[in-house]
Amino acid sequence: MDLSLFAITLLNGLSYGLLLFMLSSGLTLIFSMMGVLNFAHASFYMLGAYFAYQISTWVGYWPALVLAPVLVGAVGALVEKYGLRRVHKWGHVPELLFTFGLSFIIVELVQIVWGRAAVPYKVPEELQGPLFTLFTTSFPTYRGFMMLIALLMLVAIWLVLTRTRIGLVIQASLTHPETVEALGHNVPRVFMLTFAGGTALAGLAGVIGGNAFVTEPSMAALVGSIIFVVVVVGGMGSLAGAFVASLLIGTMQTFAIVIDYSGLKLLEDVGLVVTESNPLHGLLRLTLAQVAPILPYLLLVLVLIFRPKGLMGTREG
Amino acid sequence: MSTNAAPAGREIRFEPIDVGRWFVWGFTALVFLVLPLIFRSGFAITLLSQMGILIVFALSYNMIFGQGGMLSFGHAVYSGLGAFFAIHAMNWISAGTLPLPISLLPLVGGVFGALFGVLFGYVTTKKAGTPFAMITLGIGEMVFAASLMFPGFFGGEGGISGNRVVGEPFLGITYGPAIQVYYLIATWCFVSMVAMFAFSHTPLGRISNAVRDNPERAEFLGYDTQRVRYLVLIVSAFFAGISGGLAAINFEIVTAENVSAARSGGVLLAAFIGGAMFFFGPIIGSVIFVLFAIALSEWTKAWQFYLGVFFVVMVMYAPGGVASLILMNLRVMKYRLFGRMRDAYTGVLLSGAVLLVGLILLVEMSYHLTLNFATGSRTKIFGFGFDGAQPEFWVLAVGTTIGGALAFEAMRRRFASDWGAVQEQIEDQVQREQRA
Repeated sequence: MDLSLFAITLLNGLSYGLLLFMLSSGLTLIFSMMGVLNFAHASFYMLGAYFAYQISTWVGYWPALVLAPVLVGAVGALVEKYGLRRVHKWGHVPELLFTFGLSFIIVELVQIVWGRAAVPYKVPEELQGPLFTLFTTSFPTYRGFMMLIALLMLVAIWLVLTRTRIGLVIQASLTHPETVEALGHNVPRVFMLTFAGGTALAGLAGVIGGNAFVTEPSMAALVGSIIFVVVVVGGMGSLAGAFVASLLIGTMQTFAIVIDYSGLKLLEDVGLVVTESNPLHGLLRLTLAQVAPILPYLLLVLVLIFRPKGLMGTREG
Repeated sequence: MSTNAAPAGREIRFEPIDVGRWFVWGFTALVFLVLPLIFRSGFAITLLSQMGILIVFALSYNMIFGQGGMLSFGHAVYSGLGAFFAIHAMNWISAGTLPLPISLLPLVGGVFGALFGVLFGYVTTKKAGTPFAMITLGIGEMVFAASLMFPGFFGGEGGISGNRVVGEPFLGITYGPAIQVYYLIATWCFVSMVAMFAFSHTPLGRISNAVRDNPERAEFLGYDTQRVRYLVLIVSAFFAGISGGLAAINFEIVTAENVSAARSGGVLLAAFIGGAMFFFGPIIGSVIFVLFAIALSEWTKAWQFYLGVFFVVMVMYAPGGVASLILMNLRVMKYRLFGRMRDAYTGVLLSGAVLLVGLILLVEMSYHLTLNFATGSRTKIFGFGFDGAQPEFWVLAVGTTIGGALAFEAMRRRFASDWGAVQEQIEDQVQREQRA
């Protein structure tokens, strides 16, 4: 692998990692505030992509970039107010089950409205083509745009959480909801806003991820389990941990896909030849690109064995 | 249980319960025996066989979920891997390299299910609660991804197929006809049910309840909660593997779908809808789930949507599942107060039916428009012709839905207040009886 390919792959990995962070940050915020693991989080990501596709066919991509996340956030607020709040009194498991059932329903609704095949949600013309070319490998403009949006969002979250009144109330509600309520703040409303905000972030990720990848009914399931891995690896409820884990897993998966190297080759390079009669041949034959899908889960298992709190987590539970 | 009861008095009370238990199990066995004689069609036998398989799976799942408080999103790993080993064993039996009767094949699935329980459970049971749920999801995805990676063992996209009709017939049993397979499944299902019920009464089964309800206190009593979770998971994985072995015999094919997240989610739905807090809940849930997944899917492509809505409605309004609904109504009947609920029930059921019809019209018309566009906009719902391209049909559907929803909400409120009043009266009566 030469240096230019390395640099481009790194950039691709970082852009994917940032996309993962847009998803996992909302999930983490909702989890640390309400104790709810939003199983349907990736479904809101999918809704974002489909809404953006629909809006962009009517009024174009740029309005969709703003409108779709707002719509997804509104859906999230309704879900919190009329669904989650009702089951809250029965504890966290019914809440988790509620969002689990919701993810079922959203996938089916999406199929009812937009059909089972992928929809032609495309990158807008002005963002097509390469941003720059390093020797022979080029970096797409849209990837750069994704990174820009993700970084802007990152700064925006940070500013909202640390520099505004509502951000301070949210931070306080994370740890001391009763005290915040006693001080006269409407904590259920804060919960609703957090849930809406988290789902809107997922929606935004869907808007910019949907056309970078494919907008289809299975997109929620594809990314859903990865963001759970991110949240556990980073440490449950830690935003910084989610950030590190997102970038780690994003770059890891992107690099694994481009590396065509197997255990068999590794052994050959050190002078060992494994023949097909060896029982381990089937395992060693697999290239890194082939095992890429299971790498995040292997990382999850390793982290759980050696650091159960997660990379930057504070609580073990 | 009152604390001042003498120990001697308690021991005597066991006897009539045991008689009741013999009666219940005897009746269950009879039901298994008689059902295929009542429902004779091939389709019914298919349904019954699949119900038997799912009952074992759902009960094994409930061992960790309802009884042990561990919400898992990856239980299909154990049943699926058990099924893969069982189908390979079946092929070895066909090849003559493994001297084992087909009837004992589920045991192969069970043993390998338990082995993977030992392996994966070590990682997953380090945590409880929400982290446990997420880790099981991750492990499930890992196994699913790995299953497509090793085509030698998992057969890739096509899966591994086998043939259950091998060897000499024993007493005329070849497992060729579906009815023989049904009785094999029924036998294994019954034995597993009894075994799992017995397990829930062992000290380990009991302490797993304690770990579910109050892990801190269980730890102070000197129990290692992680170890309890681990052991229960292994036992549960064993029974999941048995259900996998049964599935391998029934379908004669095992694919990656057997270890998929959809399968894990399905067993969770079945256990919860039936009622996770009761031993017999998952049995009811399995019957309902199979009716949805196989019977309803014959009628409509939107069955998963209906199942999802049904599940969410249960989570929101009846977290104890169908089993709790049955038990609560039995209690009302026992205190002879059901008559007072009759009007409320009629109202709720009638308005609910109207709402349901409206929703079904909407869903079916939309589904037909998006998915079967090539066949035109006309479709048949409830035997009547509907045309999704004509606005009047949409007006009808939306009107029925809104009208049904308004009526249902009004009736629901009335039902809730009546129900509350009746429950209060029962509580009063119970307290009076206790004082007397």
